[in-house]
Amino acid sequence: MSVTRTFGEYGGRYVPETLIPALDELESAWASLRDDEAFLAELDELRRTYAGRPTPLTRAARFAPEQRVYLKREDLMHTGAHKLNNALGQVLIATRLGKRRIIAETGAGQHGVATATVCARFGLECVVYMGSEDIRRQAPNVERMRLLGAEVRPVEFGTRTLKEATSEAIRDWIANVETTHYVIGSCVGPAPYPELVRELQRVIGREARAQILEVEGRLPETVVACVGGGSNAIGMFYDFIEDADVRLLGVEAAGAASLGAGRGGVLHGARSSLLADADGQIEDAHSISAGLDYPGVGPEHAWLRDTGRAEYVACTDDEALAAFHRLCETEGIVPALESSHALARALDCGADLVLVCLSGRGDKDLAEVLRRER
Amino acid sequence: MSAKTLVVYLMAMPDTPDLAAAAVDAGADVIEVGFPFSDPLADGPLIRRAGERALAAGMRTARCLEVLAQIRARVSVPLVPMTYASIFDAYGWHELERDARAAGATSLIVPDLPVDVRPELRRVQLVAPTSTDERLRLAAAATDGWLYLVTVTGTTGARAELAPTLAPLAQRARAVTGLPLYAGFGIATGAHARAAAELVDGVVVGSRAVEAAESGPRALAALVGDLRGGLDTA
Repeated sequence: MSVTRTFGEYGGRYVPETLIPALDELESAWASLRDDEAFLAELDELRRTYAGRPTPLTRAARFAPEQRVYLKREDLMHTGAHKLNNALGQVLIATRLGKRRIIAETGAGQHGVATATVCARFGLECVVYMGSEDIRRQAPNVERMRLLGAEVRPVEFGTRTLKEATSEAIRDWIANVETTHYVIGSCVGPAPYPELVRELQRVIGREARAQILEVEGRLPETVVACVGGGSNAIGMFYDFIEDADVRLLGVEAAGAASLGAGRGGVLHGARSSLLADADGQIEDAHSISAGLDYPGVGPEHAWLRDTGRAEYVACTDDEALAAFHRLCETEGIVPALESSHALARALDCGADLVLVCLSGRGDKDLAEVLRRER
Repeated sequence: MSAKTLVVYLMAMPDTPDLAAAAVDAGADVIEVGFPFSDPLADGPLIRRAGERALAAGMRTARCLEVLAQIRARVSVPLVPMTYASIFDAYGWHELERDARAAGATSLIVPDLPVDVRPELRRVQLVAPTSTDERLRLAAAATDGWLYLVTVTGTTGARAELAPTLAPLAQRARAVTGLPLYAGFGIATGAHARAAAELVDGVVVGSRAVEAAESGPRALAALVGDLRGGLDTA
């Protein structure tokens, strides 16, 4: 089967010609590796012995006493977020391609930390682009990346957040494409990235589906995940898509609702639903959560929205903060602010049996939460 | 040996018609007109900053088309708008092509639109040192009038030396097409232009032209004169 390049009218490859041969090379490597037993065995071994998979499923009975809410604990994986699923797989592919230099963009810093971690594990050079506003908001993760041997390059123009960091990473890739693999952090970007990232994140939903069937004997009524670029959500949703009775609910930050309030447009190599004005100029996103502060979203989510298979709702900064505190106080779990958006909507989605992707832990957010509430 | 072609890139601004007229008087053969985009992936810092200033000055698509028509009224050389896929997607792919041509455009350049995407949009195709021979053939077959050779693996912006990657790219492109080859990205001086002219039929000067244009028509004319001199002594 060929690699998916478009999702309805979304996706594609809107990039300078310079990158096309590298995308072709990646696509063809991925097309053979995704069915390669030795590659899959190596990835599986790393997931079990290095990353800490499978991650557990936790019932949050005090958090949601009126419902049966289960948390898929991606926060318990090594580095503290689902991002490692993608970074492990992509760096493993890069080593097969003979690329010794790895670049990445990061918003909250979780993808940068995951990529720096795997590069340390494989002895590869690692450069992470990060907006200077995010460097301020996510200082602990910047120190972690440096500790792991990565170079963090501040991006000092435009919004100084994830959007500009992504543009700079792509420009670096254009200039160094022959030696460098770009580990994009979400299910965005030109083909084959949206499919590649989805397949590497599918382990979340595959495990969670089996786990909830084992403990409850039935499928959840609703599956909830936060959506910035959308990688934890697509990974969580994908194995439930054929389960027509399972409602798939993506939760965007209210100030970064590229699906809820966006329009069709082209950003970072793909056509998707974006925050853009009528002229196609990309608008700024605004969220307390650096990981959701992005005006675009993976093209497959735009397609799932249009087909009606998944629904996308918004959550304000204050609602996310309330859910953040509630989970800390009722369950002894500090969630990432990103994941807190999903937690808020899990409580009021109207379903009894709910599965939530707890995509990451919140240690990185403590300073920002304290600053806001001081 | 026939004369070499000099393409000068200017960002669309209210004063661009004056600048374009000065560039043509000084020896520019083609004017490329940038329509600014918020997230220009192929552009280095100089053109990016020019784009930010243009957006801050209200240069949205409709206003850029007005400026294009004003340039058309001032000069008779070919005019080629350059902008990104997002601008076309919002305006309508066919509609923007139609309105740009009605305003005087001779062709179009879309740097984030590889040859196999939106083939129905007639435009100047770009090829890069990383392009395979097969992709060179595809681009040459589809391009509108001339082939744009990106001299470097990188974004736009002046470099100290002409990229060594241009010569092998030009040789491979010659082998697949008889169309004119114009080289751009990194060409900033008369010396660069002269060196490039040994290999190709013309050059595109962007970042350095945008920088000179900020100082006004006289500074731009001086740069264009230097580039023209470099090409004519090749």
